[in-house]
Amino acid sequence: MRKTWWKIVCIILLIYTVVGGFLFSVPAREILHETIRNLYFHVCMWMAMMVLFTTSVIYAIRYLRSQNLKDDIYSVNFAKVGIVFGVLGYATGTVWASYTWTEYATSTQIFKEPKLLGAAIALLVYFAYLVLRGSITDVDKKAKVSAVYSIFAYIMLFPSIWILPRLLESLHPGKEGNPALNFNDLDGRLRIVFYPAIIGWTLLGVWITSLKIRLDLLKNKNILHG
Amino acid sequence: MVRKIIGYSLLLLLSLPATVLAQADDAQKKYTAFDMRNNGKIYVVVTVVLIILIGLLLYVIRVDRKISKLENHN
Repeated sequence: MRKTWWKIVCIILLIYTVVGGFLFSVPAREILHETIRNLYFHVCMWMAMMVLFTTSVIYAIRYLRSQNLKDDIYSVNFAKVGIVFGVLGYATGTVWASYTWTEYATSTQIFKEPKLLGAAIALLVYFAYLVLRGSITDVDKKAKVSAVYSIFAYIMLFPSIWILPRLLESLHPGKEGNPALNFNDLDGRLRIVFYPAIIGWTLLGVWITSLKIRLDLLKNKNILHG
Repeated sequence: MVRKIIGYSLLLLLSLPATVLAQADDAQKKYTAFDMRNNGKIYVVVTVVLIILIGLLLYVIRVDRKISKLENHN
């Protein structure tokens, strides 16, 4: 294993997240009750996804400048693992919502919930990225087209998950600002687990991505130069 | 060496106080399962989740090692 220290950090932070996430005291909230602990799991999926997508688009831009297939391999694998984390975030969100929002909101309100729709749109745009890649056989063309597309896909994240859900009426907490990093809203008891949890889950995402990248680099060794 | 580091850090984590001291006011009692952490067998859940998490992490480590081996062969 190359450069092990950050992998050890990842393991320690995740174990701390589980132990602290279940056992530490949490602030009392109406409706949410103990489910506030999902903050350490559900929200972290989205944070990890954002980091992975951001890295992906950086490598996409790098590919367009360098035309080096290595950058394409980095970009696509960060996007793929980002999608996995996004799907996990979405799935956990539906479970959480179905036990909390349903206590006071009507199903119509839930179906037109902007945060859900926005996240669905964002994920679908990224699904289309995979479809687009799969449909082109020429390696260089595939890399170029998908790099350009991934910039569009990344830009679509801004309105669909960062801007619109915060402008519209929403059941999802935190529309008055950044839901995760609002220092006034977040109890200190949550923060001591939440921030390490974000780092831990993100590192796990990066770790899995790095494995996929190394495998792809090995597979494509004969067409990579330099 | 690596195993030693992991072992020591685990010990350190487990020796942390299990709960950060907090006032059990009325709201706390009403909205959170305050007693659950004492006698509701929540530790069983923590153990189960830890086993799953550690299992998955060990799997990732294994894959990592295998890829490293492949890289060294080439």
